[in-house]
Amino acid sequence: MSDRIDVRKTYKLYIGGAFPRSESAYSYEVKDSKGKFVANAALASRKDARDAVIAARKAFGSWSGKTAYNRAQILYRIAEVMEDRRPQFVQAVVQSEGLSPTKAEKVVDAAIDRLVWYAGWADKITQVVGNANPVAGPFFNLSTPEPTGVVTVLAPQESSLLGLVSVVAPVIVTGNTVVVVSSYDRPLPAVNLAEVLATSDVPGGVVNILTGSAATIAPWLAAHMDVNAIDLTGIAGDAGLATDLEVAAADNLKRVRRAPAAEPDWTTDPGLEPMTTFLEIKTVWHPIGV
Amino acid sequence: MATTPFEYAPAPESRSIVDIKPSYGLFVNGEFVDGHGKSFKTISPSTEEVLAEIAEADEADVDAAVRAARKAYDKVWSRMPGRERAKYLYRIARIIQERSRELAVLESIDNGKPIKESRDVDIPIVAAHFFYYAGWADKLEYAGRGTDPQPLGVAGQIIPWNFPLLMLAWKIAPALACGNTVVLKPAETTPLTALLFAEICQQADLPPGVVNIITGAGGTGQALVGHPGIDKVAFTGSTDVGKAIARTVAGTDKKVTLELGGKAANIVFDDAPLDQAVEGIVTGIFFNQGHVCCAGSRLLVQESIADELLAKLKRRMSTLRIGDPLDKNTDIGAINSAEQLARIRELSDIGEAEGAGRWSPECELPSHGFWFPPTLFTGVTQAHRIAREEIFGPVLSVLTFRTPAEAVEKANNTPYGLSAGVWTEKGSLILHMANQLRAGVVWANTFNKFDPTSPFGGFKESGYGREGGRHGLEAYLK
Repeated sequence: MSDRIDVRKTYKLYIGGAFPRSESAYSYEVKDSKGKFVANAALASRKDARDAVIAARKAFGSWSGKTAYNRAQILYRIAEVMEDRRPQFVQAVVQSEGLSPTKAEKVVDAAIDRLVWYAGWADKITQVVGNANPVAGPFFNLSTPEPTGVVTVLAPQESSLLGLVSVVAPVIVTGNTVVVVSSYDRPLPAVNLAEVLATSDVPGGVVNILTGSAATIAPWLAAHMDVNAIDLTGIAGDAGLATDLEVAAADNLKRVRRAPAAEPDWTTDPGLEPMTTFLEIKTVWHPIGV
Repeated sequence: MATTPFEYAPAPESRSIVDIKPSYGLFVNGEFVDGHGKSFKTISPSTEEVLAEIAEADEADVDAAVRAARKAYDKVWSRMPGRERAKYLYRIARIIQERSRELAVLESIDNGKPIKESRDVDIPIVAAHFFYYAGWADKLEYAGRGTDPQPLGVAGQIIPWNFPLLMLAWKIAPALACGNTVVLKPAETTPLTALLFAEICQQADLPPGVVNIITGAGGTGQALVGHPGIDKVAFTGSTDVGKAIARTVAGTDKKVTLELGGKAANIVFDDAPLDQAVEGIVTGIFFNQGHVCCAGSRLLVQESIADELLAKLKRRMSTLRIGDPLDKNTDIGAINSAEQLARIRELSDIGEAEGAGRWSPECELPSHGFWFPPTLFTGVTQAHRIAREEIFGPVLSVLTFRTPAEAVEKANNTPYGLSAGVWTEKGSLILHMANQLRAGVVWANTFNKFDPTSPFGGFKESGYGREGGRHGLEAYLK
């Protein structure tokens, strides 16, 4: 008998907790770092992007309404499930980024550790960026952060796993929901992450992952009136597209995290900015008296 | 028994304390200079009297101001220790207090707002802002933005006509405290107190170029926002202009904060203390003639008390005194400009045409100047334009609701998200509503309160960034 034929995977989108093919029925070839065919990934369309926004909006109320303690546990749970599937992620990073298995393991470890780091922020960010304000009058006056809403994230093109986790985790840990466009050339870790999310405790619609071209889909997301913010990290270095997307984002005054000149070093301390960019400060006044 | 209502005799504030020059230049590099552009007139909206000729800064003037600010930033201000910057800000705060009566009278003359508001609200909070941010100048490493926070550079700042000096203070005080220098453009219709502030900078011996004031209209503002020499844009004004600014700065490194329009819901539940709520509704929409971006322009009242509340509100509105802004008894002053009056009239007429019930107390309006009576509309639905568009005048739209969920739904049904009000005696309901409302400021059992320590700013299309408080520093630091 011949050797066993392996069962290959069909890579799909992740929208609203389900794994649909692209509505367009288009897919594209994913190649490894040496140019060898690996798989066909779904090529997300404008309609898929809009469906993802609808799913993200639907999930926003209950996700933002969860207690910070609960969100922390759910983010930690993602790390747990990732740890469980470590070999799969290592392989995906090896295939996508052409790293040696040893280096790929370090990347996966860093991605898991980053999730654990962000998990801990869920119930601390309010204390760090919130305030009691000593106004000059008999008033109780408190400022607290709240999620901005539905956030579009253009994930980094180079760092397909650590970069991806580094832009998604800060958005959701603060209570936003997200539509992610993954790295075009390196989508496999994103699809693996989607499978982790689906089997973790993250409610459907909180994270929606589109594989495909940011240049094609992002203009629709940047102009979408039900998207509240956009992270342009994934188009680092493409100043022309970044400008176009910022102009489109002005239509409903989306909060914009600008595109860097080059992809950042994802191994450094992220600081608070990836979280605070997608937070609003709400100030509540009440008179004090009897 | 006599039934004539108690009446007050007129009690006008003296104008003699203010010395208005026939014409004003631009304040660049510590000196008043002639502009290269045309000039325009600023008038008193309550009398239509021409107050002064104002220079309109053209592109060359904007460029000169930005260069002056850059030089002051590089050579002096960014290098100065925070404790020394603080002293300049404290000096300015003190001079504002010393000249508060003059500033208040000038503000009321140029803007049309009642003297009791400019004297008791605007100017004291202006001074408070300089005091508050002065104290931050030597404590920035404790502001929660890292151990070595740095200024951005030159800030281009554009402010509106509704609170001319207060908006100036909101912009200039934190910028200077953080080590930035500024080029500020006051609104076309209300430049006079900003120009008096320039004199205050001179009195304080503020180094030349740290504060530059350039007067003009939209074109001057565009030149400032588009100038490649500025590192930061701070704008307060309409949402449309805010969007245009966001487009202009796209693709640049300029940091931006925008404080834009609003259509705030002021929500009254059936257990609210009604007399207090009525005062809050009046403050919410008739304070500053309704020229307030966070005005409570949509009254959402629980259906079971709607009739009772409206009766009380109408009775209270009948006691509002409209007229001479310099009269200490005046509650409602003049509308700021003929254009703004036309917009208020247009939207009010549309409200009537769309079927809402219009009511104003009987009142005599002065024959000169721009006036609009306090007005409320009943029977308003969410589809009415007066419930959706910012009127920016003393016009209140009244809607009703039955349940807290319905109140939340209606309150949040707007592209804006600047402010909201909640009136109820039930603490848990206040906190529930405060959580649910998508707005940057929620006033519970109060309205239109401001303080330099308290961050202010919007969600959604009311703009981004916060002014005031520790959060206000973020706009001017990297």
